[in-house]
Amino acid sequence: MPSLIDVMLEGRQVQQHRPWPRATVDASVWTFAASELAQGRWSLLGLWGEPSTVHMAIMDGYAADIVVVSLDCPDCVYPSVGKHHPPALRLERTINDLFGLSAEGLPDTRPWLDHNRWGVRFPLGNRINALPKAPPYRFLPAEGGGLHQVAVGPVHAGTIEPGHFRFAASGETVVRLEERLGYTHKGIEGLMIGASVESAAQLAGRVSGDSTVAYAFAFSRAAEAALQLVVPDRGIWLRALLAELERLANHLGDVGAICNDASFALMHAHCSVLRESVLRASNTAFGHRLMRDIIVPGGVTHDLSDEGKEIIQMALDNVRLRFPALVELYDNTASLQDRTVDTGVLNPALAKQYAAGGYVGRASGRSFDARRTLAYPPYDDLRFEVPVLNEGDVNARIWIRVREVEQSLSLIDQILDRIPEGPPRARAGQLREPREGMAIVEGFRGDILVWLRLRDGRVERCHLRDPSWFQWPLLEAAIEGNIVADFPLCNKSFNCSYSGHDL
Amino acid sequence: MRKLLLESLFRRPFTEQAPSPHDIAVTELATAVGRAVRRRLGRSLSIREVDAGSCNGCELEIHALNNAYYDVERFGLRFVASPRHADVLMVTGPVTKNMREALERTYHAIPNPKWVVAVGDCARDGGCFAGSYAVVGGVSQVIPVDLHIPGCPPPPTMILQGLLALLDRAAKNASSI
Repeated sequence: MPSLIDVMLEGRQVQQHRPWPRATVDASVWTFAASELAQGRWSLLGLWGEPSTVHMAIMDGYAADIVVVSLDCPDCVYPSVGKHHPPALRLERTINDLFGLSAEGLPDTRPWLDHNRWGVRFPLGNRINALPKAPPYRFLPAEGGGLHQVAVGPVHAGTIEPGHFRFAASGETVVRLEERLGYTHKGIEGLMIGASVESAAQLAGRVSGDSTVAYAFAFSRAAEAALQLVVPDRGIWLRALLAELERLANHLGDVGAICNDASFALMHAHCSVLRESVLRASNTAFGHRLMRDIIVPGGVTHDLSDEGKEIIQMALDNVRLRFPALVELYDNTASLQDRTVDTGVLNPALAKQYAAGGYVGRASGRSFDARRTLAYPPYDDLRFEVPVLNEGDVNARIWIRVREVEQSLSLIDQILDRIPEGPPRARAGQLREPREGMAIVEGFRGDILVWLRLRDGRVERCHLRDPSWFQWPLLEAAIEGNIVADFPLCNKSFNCSYSGHDL
Repeated sequence: MRKLLLESLFRRPFTEQAPSPHDIAVTELATAVGRAVRRRLGRSLSIREVDAGSCNGCELEIHALNNAYYDVERFGLRFVASPRHADVLMVTGPVTKNMREALERTYHAIPNPKWVVAVGDCARDGGCFAGSYAVVGGVSQVIPVDLHIPGCPPPPTMILQGLLALLDRAAKNASSI
């Protein structure tokens, strides 16, 4: 069996791509990689375009080896990966929408992010005028006696992000769910082209509001890899502190919100209070409740004072005091368990195929956690466990979150205890020649991938891949056979990002 | 569960545990909002929130308004599921071209009189997303806006402050007719 290294040797390695190698390959190697993905030997981490090139990031899960393969497509055509490996489908539809590069043999050629509202087609490639009138979007058919459709969105009943869900149901049971996303597409990757590194970092922090720290972290690490910029130790540790605070706040909020979708408001009320206490501590310590724009290439902009340290410690003590009672409440409430156990089961084989990150993957037997598998600093120097379950139901996803709350508490303790002194930030220098960098950072939702090329201190191209890309399709699979009324519950237990996905 | 409920009965509410100036500001604001809402609309003001393309940051802070610290429902400010039930349309995000029609349709589904509150820096003029091929711009380019609450995202206290300002203006307009 050829390794990823062999694939690299088949191609022409690109200089100045860090930390993992990138090689330009020909169509046969590209197709070979696609078939290896389909065989389940490798995992797809990302697939993105440039005006006449497509790139694919692949991981060999056992060896934790990562490579990027690139294929030039001057004729705007490349062999489809999605044809062999379904997780690539929406990514290839997106590449077509944005760049006008078409995947040969792609089984689904409907547009994805392009709703024919932009006034232009292929905005990041060779722009052409939009269609005068777009054909109506065809949802996949579900046929049979007694089937009916339920259309939901893009404006939902709650205070959440917009997206459209089309259910085909037989009585109460969901036969097929099809998602239609792209409503929050803001063209962030387009805005990044030509932006300074500073403003691109700000944009990265606004891809998905709940993961603003993780995105800024991933972008900064990618930029630092490209520029070979060394971050001072204190900066490295502060970043992990910020990332764990964000994870803690999100998990606390979501555990409550999932229970709320099973009409158990008590959990929600108590969890929201704990979440708020973490946000307030973050605000006092770092000057922003969501800790936006604190992580920048080179380090962090806001150092932690002794007072801030104390406030965070107090918030942690409060969570430690109150959270166990809530976990017990969840565990001992039979009517709530009745809703969550065996609901929205995600088959571990699918989680593996889609390389699902975060609690979605880890509740279905996939142990990947970028903090552990890729062990970027300071996580290589911290003790923590990666909880994994195999049941794959809503209940399992809640338990993974609960365990991760405990792990984050312990991680924050270790960080506050051992954080080194020194400057929190190094100044970034400028390099004229093009440099490429890539980073993968574990956000609360899963692994965020950022790839970029810098030239003259500006971003030439930056791609940001949200973990939701590989989780949204799995929600469609997990809801099948459940009742329509359990959809909010299943959806919240996945809590995929709309904005992170639509970009 | 009984123990938790019992504890909650006897524990002082979170809203009053206010040793820091920050929390005192919340309480003052809370009283003011309460008075204004009652004067204008009896005891109810229903808000329908629409994300017209935000990063979800503003939604998180709007959610926080419902937690025990801010508890907006005690003033009669309620988030409702249908625009048909709403008095206020609260919009976040730069309006994306893909969301423009949905926003317009939601606005038109709200019965008169109605107010529009734009929340967040990008809801004013598109913020850092302005100029993109996929973005229309601020909310006011699509529907008339009565109030803008700045911030990225504005903290819950500021959103409450904004709603207070809106209520004051609505009350003035009503008395001048």
